[in-house]
Amino acid sequence: MSDPKIDGFELKPGFKGMASDTGSDQTMFKGVHWGKAMMWIFLLSDTFVFSCFLISYMKGRASTPVDWPIPSEVFALHVGGVPVPLLLIAIMTFVLITSSGTMALAVKYGYEKNKKMCGWLVLATAIGGLTFVGMQVFEWSKLIHEGVRPWGNPFGAAQFGSFFFMITGFHGFHVSIGVIFLFIYAYKIFAGHYDGEGKRGWFTTMRSDYVEIEILGLYWHFVDLVWVFIFAFFYLW
Amino acid sequence: MSDDYNDNKIIQAQSSEVMGGSAGVNPDMDYVRPSELPEQDLYHGHTFLTKWVFCQDAKVIGVQYFLTAVFTGVVGLILSWLMRLQLGFPGLAGFMTAEHYYQFVTMHGMIMVVYFLTALFLGGFGNYLIPLMVGARDMVFPYVNMLSFWMFFVAVAVLMASFFVPGGPTGSGWTLYPPQAILEGTPGSGAGILLMLISLSLFVIGFTMGGLNYLITILQARTRGMTLMRMPLTIWGIFTATVLAMLAFPALLVSSIMMTLDKVLGTSFFMPTILKAGEVLEYGGGSPILFQHLFWFFGHPEVYIVALPAFGIVSDLISVHARKNIFGYRMMVWAIVGIGALSFFVWAHHMYVSGMNPWFGFFFASTTLIIAVPTAMKVYNWILTLWRGNIRINTVMLWCLGFIVTFVNGGITGIFLGNVTVDVPLSDTYFVVAHFHMVMGIAPLMVIMGAVYHWFPLVSGRLLSEKLGKWHFWLTFLGAYSIYFPMHYLGFIGVPRRYFEMYDSPYMTSAVGMNEFISLAAFIVGAAQFILIFNVIKTLKNGKKAGKNPWQANSLEWHTSTVPPEHGNFGDRLPVVHRWAYDYSVPGAKEDYIPQTTPPSEVAHTEVEKT
Repeated sequence: MSDPKIDGFELKPGFKGMASDTGSDQTMFKGVHWGKAMMWIFLLSDTFVFSCFLISYMKGRASTPVDWPIPSEVFALHVGGVPVPLLLIAIMTFVLITSSGTMALAVKYGYEKNKKMCGWLVLATAIGGLTFVGMQVFEWSKLIHEGVRPWGNPFGAAQFGSFFFMITGFHGFHVSIGVIFLFIYAYKIFAGHYDGEGKRGWFTTMRSDYVEIEILGLYWHFVDLVWVFIFAFFYLW
Repeated sequence: MSDDYNDNKIIQAQSSEVMGGSAGVNPDMDYVRPSELPEQDLYHGHTFLTKWVFCQDAKVIGVQYFLTAVFTGVVGLILSWLMRLQLGFPGLAGFMTAEHYYQFVTMHGMIMVVYFLTALFLGGFGNYLIPLMVGARDMVFPYVNMLSFWMFFVAVAVLMASFFVPGGPTGSGWTLYPPQAILEGTPGSGAGILLMLISLSLFVIGFTMGGLNYLITILQARTRGMTLMRMPLTIWGIFTATVLAMLAFPALLVSSIMMTLDKVLGTSFFMPTILKAGEVLEYGGGSPILFQHLFWFFGHPEVYIVALPAFGIVSDLISVHARKNIFGYRMMVWAIVGIGALSFFVWAHHMYVSGMNPWFGFFFASTTLIIAVPTAMKVYNWILTLWRGNIRINTVMLWCLGFIVTFVNGGITGIFLGNVTVDVPLSDTYFVVAHFHMVMGIAPLMVIMGAVYHWFPLVSGRLLSEKLGKWHFWLTFLGAYSIYFPMHYLGFIGVPRRYFEMYDSPYMTSAVGMNEFISLAAFIVGAAQFILIFNVIKTLKNGKKAGKNPWQANSLEWHTSTVPPEHGNFGDRLPVVHRWAYDYSVPGAKEDYIPQTTPPSEVAHTEVEKT
């Protein structure tokens, strides 16, 4: 994307540019769509939510009097009788990161007004997310089958299950919301809501615009990034 | 709901011509660069439902927020009456058991802090004033804004429902400390605490939707010429408070979720090993201190979420009614931002007696006292704004003066409590109650009252009665001091707070008369608030017509096409801003005020400063 051009306002690069944008009237982030600015600020707030969860987890893990279960054993999959640590998580992470790639491509094709490619890539992203949630369901049911519960587990400290289900559950909830929106947007793209001026929404005057795909993309990349932290703190620590 | 858009009412995008108020005497001087933003396309409701219930006009949403918050505030007021009845005259109300008393304390605290003050300042004043003051047609996401109010409404409904469930509302104190909050023996430890946690989570979600609107409207939808440093301080206060809320409420949400799981699923996030009647409970291994840290990481910024909009609003009211520009505008802005930033580094001063590491206390005492610097700057600036001003002693100004005095009072006791060595003996006494009621109860409330008297003519087109207003002020002001000054003394003699009664303790003799006096004052002050409600009803019926701009104010909300402003706020054309909102009593000017929309060429002969 090229830099936006603002009538009667010189956009300067770097720190000076930031200062001159801040000191100007009308907008602080020049040429940035309202929705995009909103999503960034929402994500900042959401970062605090996940930070609170993860810091609580660190505190809980550090202060529990019972030994913490060993993650490489708890999260191992048995392939042909041999335990392979972190196998499922590796696949889940790969799928989720790949879906970030398809999302980024969808944004590019969206701005090029390539309806077909954009639509298919959004759909691919949605399916990637759905696969991730499916594998998470598998992992949860495996752990539950082995006796891990929110209030206790056979491997060690009870807080292991509490934090694991709560934090991966909250992340999985974010992914699920994202998947729902990805399907809705894929439908909107194929149904032609973004053609021409854009279709108006119900009970609002907002018009559909391909920038929405980028806004959803921001959310999707954020959810992936959070997963990287959860991965590091739960499975590698 | 109708789905047509009344296209002929959608205002055409304004042209990018160079324009001033009157045909430019000196076009270069009046040049304001063209609009960056397309004209906002608004959804105009036609039916009762879309116009007044599920309305997307920020002004209506603001009034909805305001009225809902006032309703919760009245509930909180009645609860405080019941508490004072018990404290002043134990046993007079037969139904009052210790359990009820704890429940009333808890609900009073939570209602007043979260559902009354926060919702009133940000949801009420924020929604009404932000688009008007920055020169926007509406909030940037009107639909989300509407959802925000209804989420808040549901949160209030859930909270009020907890009065009617078996066991009643939670009685664990407004801080909801575990483990006792969710253990049997605490009143409302069943459905009561659950509804409270659910209601708080809903409030956070609803607030996030509103908060994103406030921030993006201020950052990305200002009118031509409205730079950040020309914004009225009201907007700066609301803006910074919203930033705080966006970063602090996550901690409340997380702690609510974790405690809900502790309650429902039997996890032990906050629950240590507990012996009850000789038996070990299922819980174990959790950390109650973790909850306190999470809660106060929200709880302290929350104090400033309430205080910063009050600071901003009172600055504007003082400037308008003293007919003088605000002293040190830039300093005021940076003080608001600085207080906001510092407020994230002081939370553990609420936890000096929690058993945390004493070095923590040292750190948090230092940061707490540093906050006094920007705060004192603001107080000096308010006083210097008044100095040699052309002060109009009307009801609005009285509330502002009342605020300054009360805030200084409450602030000074804060310096006592910020120091660990002084705090430890005063902790959990009535001194603490007096301190925080002065600084974040009465002081912001005075600003709210001032703001109501100031902006009521804008909302309704009629001026509130000054006579009733003065009665209201003096009863509230003197009454509030009669309540809270003696409470400091109760704290010094060691009367503990949150106690249902004093039983046969030695305090009984010296505190009993004082408690009776405080209770009587509290009944009078509470009743005095109904003067305002009476005043509002009377004024709406046959009050004096205000006309346009009754206070001769500069900021944009008084320069709308109609009073009260219609949906879209500014008629055909958005205003163009040429100056800050504080050009009062400029030497050489015809009037003693120069509205923000007046172009420089019209006032070229005056000594107006460039802003």
